[in-house]
Amino acid sequence: MTDIAVRCEGLVKTFAQAGAVNGLSLNVEKGEILALIGPSGCGKTTLLRLITGVSKPDDGLIEVGGKVMVSSEEFVPPESRRVGMVFQNYALFPHLTVAENVAYGLHGTSREDQVNAMLQLVGLGGYADRMPHELSGGEQQRVALARAMGPRPDVLLLDEPFSNLDSSQRVHVRNEVRAILRMSGATAIFVTHHQEEALFMGDRIAVQHQGCIEQMGSPGDVFGNPATRFVATFMGETDFLPGEVTTEGVQTEIGLLQSTNPVTVGDQVEVAVRADDVRIAPDPTSGAIVLTREYRGMVNVYRVRLPSGRFIHSLQRHTVRIAPATPVRVVMDPGHELACFINSD
Amino acid sequence: MSLYFQKVNLWKVMIWFTGALVALVLLLPVVYLLLRASEAGEAIWDILFSLRTARVLLKTVYLAASVTLGSALVAVPIAWLTVRTDLPMRRVWAILTTLPLVVPSYVGAYLFISVLGPRGILQQWLEPLGVQQLPKLYGFPGAFLVLTLLSYPYILTSTRASLMRMNPALEEASRNLGNGPWMTFWRVTLPQLRPGLAAGGLLVTLYVLRDFGAVSFMRYSTFTRVLYIQYQSSFDRTGAAVLALVLTLLTAFVLLIEIRTRGRASYYGGHVGAVGHPMQIQLGFWRWPSLLLCSIVVVLSLILPASILLYWFFRSLKLTMAFPSLWISAWNSVLASGLASGLVLLAAIPVSWLSVRQKGRMAMLLERISYSAFALPGMVVALAMVFFGANYANPIYQTLYLLLFGYLIMFLPQAVGALRTSFLQISPSIEQAARTLGKGPLKVFSTITVPVAWPGIAAGTVMVFLTVMKELPITLIVGPLGFRTLATSIWSAVEEAMFGAAAAPALLLILLSSVPMALLILRERFYIR
Repeated sequence: MTDIAVRCEGLVKTFAQAGAVNGLSLNVEKGEILALIGPSGCGKTTLLRLITGVSKPDDGLIEVGGKVMVSSEEFVPPESRRVGMVFQNYALFPHLTVAENVAYGLHGTSREDQVNAMLQLVGLGGYADRMPHELSGGEQQRVALARAMGPRPDVLLLDEPFSNLDSSQRVHVRNEVRAILRMSGATAIFVTHHQEEALFMGDRIAVQHQGCIEQMGSPGDVFGNPATRFVATFMGETDFLPGEVTTEGVQTEIGLLQSTNPVTVGDQVEVAVRADDVRIAPDPTSGAIVLTREYRGMVNVYRVRLPSGRFIHSLQRHTVRIAPATPVRVVMDPGHELACFINSD
Repeated sequence: MSLYFQKVNLWKVMIWFTGALVALVLLLPVVYLLLRASEAGEAIWDILFSLRTARVLLKTVYLAASVTLGSALVAVPIAWLTVRTDLPMRRVWAILTTLPLVVPSYVGAYLFISVLGPRGILQQWLEPLGVQQLPKLYGFPGAFLVLTLLSYPYILTSTRASLMRMNPALEEASRNLGNGPWMTFWRVTLPQLRPGLAAGGLLVTLYVLRDFGAVSFMRYSTFTRVLYIQYQSSFDRTGAAVLALVLTLLTAFVLLIEIRTRGRASYYGGHVGAVGHPMQIQLGFWRWPSLLLCSIVVVLSLILPASILLYWFFRSLKLTMAFPSLWISAWNSVLASGLASGLVLLAAIPVSWLSVRQKGRMAMLLERISYSAFALPGMVVALAMVFFGANYANPIYQTLYLLLFGYLIMFLPQAVGALRTSFLQISPSIEQAARTLGKGPLKVFSTITVPVAWPGIAAGTVMVFLTVMKELPITLIVGPLGFRTLATSIWSAVEEAMFGAAAAPALLLILLSSVPMALLILRERFYIR
């Protein structure tokens, strides 16, 4: 049995505006990085505030490191929770030096050594006496990380930590942060609304929607095997093709497709199709027509209108060139089974 | 129940208790005046609708409107010249035209009377030439002149700020669309300035409504002067209470408009994208009339008063002046202001912190109450304190405590405003970060919140200290018998037309008030460069 670092059960926090949490349950294992992803307003930040203790849930249970933090009888204040937090705007104390910032959460005689060790870990050994405003965004980020990790919290929360960096720094910094977290063996919950970031950072991914976790699993699982229509849309650009379940598979207007989900023959379903599953080739006899071509550097994305009037997207290498208005044959070539959902209409 | 609840409750109870106490203190004058006024019963309507009340109201409004208009006419051209044109020595003019702010209105009035008044310097010089009488200074002309020359910097500052914040692309777009410089000024620049202009203008209006010193010396009967005369002569408390309430309503009304305008002004000021450098307008020949205008304003509002003050000061040195009494008044001023600013600070910290960090109706109500005390003119606070002290607080009546109490009511809103600004600049996530690093609320407040806000807290306290030192009506009326400060020394000397004796305290007062002004100017230069 694996150790559970954070356990949330049935968390409820109601708000008039967006951001409510609605009966949410979640487990984070010791030493893993959980990427929590969801659209803005889905309650990600609210969940973090509940775990740190700056906000109090209306109902539910939170355990950190096996100890109850919040229940109907118990409420442990933030300063006693052993939960570290890296804020979106870093929240460095502007009146303290880098070393004093990191030392703020530390105790004891070995404080100075601990500060130095933390600064070494994040690669800021020579920065101890700088003030926060003298640092670049990426450096401030690392100070925030060192400060939060200093007291060796049971879990480290990172709230969209890369959103204040420009795109050229982002990839570099997130590689570093992942390496630091790995090296120290920390347990972390990493919040983002950026699917690529979540897929890269997370050992596991939790997709949050309207205050609940809709799916939790490995990156490959969540991307390749979306449990709900929302997850399919949110984790990648997805088209939905209606079809009917037969004994051989799902019959759609572009052919027979294999479904991952258990469905019964006769069901009306929608199959989630991603642009990289769809191949197109010019064919004057076909009823499907290329409408537009979107350049994306290495690849092009074609928007195709099917005979039924539905649209589907196809991803092609940049060397493939098909002019708009060309009739094309559409072939499914997924190489894997596709997710399908019972048609609600 | 866990220990946590007990700890937090203590902290919360403490801070809410202080907040509520402060709110009660602030409400005291208005509540007291309402009670007093209600004693009149039916007679209240006779007082309210009497010819005399109408006349005072009319005179007050007339003066306030005239001074506001006059100040705008002086300030807008100077603001535009110093921000947008190639006027020679723009920065020097900008600083010189802001300086009159440090002169208390009663000092300004005293200096003008000592020159232009019936027994003034000019009269003495002209008498040998056969001039028997100068044009009348007392009354409206004197009050208008002095208040305009001392309060136009309010409009100047706010208009300059709007001009500097304005998106230059708007004017460029207008020029690009075929409007000349004049058309652009009327159709684009001026409408953009309107909120800033209105905000500054309302500050001037409030300044006039609250002013006691200048109108008294100039013998122009606005509410504050009438209230003082009533207090001194008949001690007709009910009548005075009714008049004080009318004045309070008037200032509250102006204050309400000011709040709404200010919100809009900041909205208008905001713009997206990089701020370019605005086009600088070449004055050409017009530089000469422009320089003349700036010179006249600076001479009248700054150089002339300063020279007169120095003249009286050096003349008083030759006379056998009682300098020991000067040091006593200076010490009393410093003592009262120091104690008052400390007290105000202690009261302002919980109120401003609650209003910034706590949500909900109670916190909002507290902030509203602390802000609404802005509507109380010093004279109203003074009268309420005296009546209240004499009837219900006899042990502290005629003591420094009652005076400090009055200062607290008068200057708390100012301090809360300054502190709120600095607390608002602290992102809540900084306090949350400190909590997650293992520190309790009290520890976080003392190691993070207060140190980070410290520059703002210190600046606010210094401002309160200096404003208290200049304060006249409360000091004059509520202060213990024989308690002379710099402000009251000037008052009594001028009352007896001993212009020389008023010079030394006035000079000292202005020098002390110039310190924060100098700091502000230095800081502005520092940041703009």
